[in-house]
Amino acid sequence: MAITKTVPQRTDDRSDPASSVEAEGRHLNSPLLLTMLMLVLVLLQSPIRRALAAPVMQSWTTVFVAVMVQALPFLVLGVLLSAAIAVFVPPSFFARALPSRPALAVPVASAAGAVLPGCECASVPVAGALVRRGVTPAAALAFLLSAPAINPIVLTATAVAFPGDPEMVLARLVASLLVACAMGWLWLRLGRTDWLKPPSHPSHDGQSRGEAFWGSVRHDVMHAGGFLVVGAMAAATLKAVAPESWLRTAAENPVLAVLALAILAVVLSICSEADAFVAASLSQFSLTARLTFLVVGPMIDLKLFAMQAGTFGRAFALRFAPATFALAVLVSVLTGAVIL
Amino acid sequence: MNRQAQAAVLFLLGASLLHAATTDLYLRYVKQGLRPLVLVSGAVLIAAAVATVWYERQRTRAQKQREADQDVRHDADQDSGRDAHTHAGADAHAHTHREPRVSWLLVLPLFALILVAPPALGSYSATRTGTALQEPLAYPSLPAADPLRLSVVDYAGRAVYDHGRTLHDRRVQLTGFLALDRDGTPYLVRMALNCCAADAQPVKVALTGRIPPVLQPDTWLQITGTYTPRRAKDPVNGGPIPFIEVTEAKPVAEPTDPYDESWNN
Repeated sequence: MAITKTVPQRTDDRSDPASSVEAEGRHLNSPLLLTMLMLVLVLLQSPIRRALAAPVMQSWTTVFVAVMVQALPFLVLGVLLSAAIAVFVPPSFFARALPSRPALAVPVASAAGAVLPGCECASVPVAGALVRRGVTPAAALAFLLSAPAINPIVLTATAVAFPGDPEMVLARLVASLLVACAMGWLWLRLGRTDWLKPPSHPSHDGQSRGEAFWGSVRHDVMHAGGFLVVGAMAAATLKAVAPESWLRTAAENPVLAVLALAILAVVLSICSEADAFVAASLSQFSLTARLTFLVVGPMIDLKLFAMQAGTFGRAFALRFAPATFALAVLVSVLTGAVIL
Repeated sequence: MNRQAQAAVLFLLGASLLHAATTDLYLRYVKQGLRPLVLVSGAVLIAAAVATVWYERQRTRAQKQREADQDVRHDADQDSGRDAHTHAGADAHAHTHREPRVSWLLVLPLFALILVAPPALGSYSATRTGTALQEPLAYPSLPAADPLRLSVVDYAGRAVYDHGRTLHDRRVQLTGFLALDRDGTPYLVRMALNCCAADAQPVKVALTGRIPPVLQPDTWLQITGTYTPRRAKDPVNGGPIPFIEVTEAKPVAEPTDPYDESWNN
């Protein structure tokens, strides 16, 4: 109700009637639109419920809601952290904390990923804030890739999930760090800044710190949250529709096994804190194939791709994601051959 | 979406998370351990909504004040007409910065959580996914109770990997939901969960003996029965499925936590 009440006030407040009419014509009135949308959804709830009663749709909705409920707390954590970086940490801090040579900053940033406890949803907004804070993109990207895979929570979960193979933890740590550094250095050599979307944040000049902080939180939740929904829908579709039986045939061929689990990691979009348990249950696959699953998943999956495209731009995500995927598979196979 | 609408979406999203976490609704989707995080994030989202409305009001008030000042000056000074125009231009610019259309998608989880509240994963997922039974680390000795209450996962682990050593001559009681295989084999299933329902995997125990005559998938059953060495292979992934010789089966209400979270500990 409060939504509709505020509408007339706002239009009255407009100083320039011409600009207000123009804006409304282009965008409709979003609070009004939102109210109408919610009303229509409420009115149509029984036909919608009936449509969702089929088992496929039911399990789709459950997985979709589950991914959202599970990821939102981590997204909020990442968004708070990113807002704090944007507002309270001066850019000079990063200049002092990271080596000035980008080639050295990359491994330092990769290793720093160990301190961000959480899954991949938290790392995207934080990496975005780092780039806006003047950290060299190569280092921020290395952090983006390593943080969800090498933090203590994830490594502990891996150790618990593979009680018989403790070397899995080491292999995951080493392979993830290697891929993160390699992608950072690759960006230094080949990356072009114009692939990155210019920061879409409004500047915080002339705002109080509180206003800037909450403005950044609001912006990031709306933005990354929307893309999270896209990713959650894709993951739910694959979980509810794709049959698992084809995995059996793939497991028998060692090359196919690695590729199959790499692709499965991308489409399932499981939180990096839980993927080790899923990998452990895929016992018909070789350890190397399962390592690939654990290295690829936190670095690139459907949900992450959507969020990266939202934060850094589509031109960036379209180049970054395939390169990360290929490199992660390659490094996992090599690490698997040496350690496992 | 302008800031007012964003505040509304943030508020509703936060409220629905709080609603899910304060009732047992969240247990259908995520593990118990996530509850504090869900509560905190719900509160943060509501705080962000309140802050957005608050700063927006302050901004409008400051802007009104500025306009009032300019009107006063406008009467006194002819030049200020240009001034007022540039201010209005700057303000219109600030308002045109909108969030992308993709933000509208956040209405979907809201709707799904508040109005639909889908049930926990059931027999559909269970029959499509192979049993995820893993060898337990140890077999702690069991209490002397009769009937002995066990989780589906615990029973299956002991039956398959310990050859039922601790289960002989015991009446066991298991609770799970019913799933029917493509050829009609009835299973008692519990979905085991590590983080959220997206990674939930079934653990199955096949039923034999006095099976109830009418089998409706997704009904929750409390089975009393005894160990039998019979085994089957899961048609999906070839995993081992132990049997239980049913002596009694009665329908029960769905437990508060429909998932088995024993792997989290």
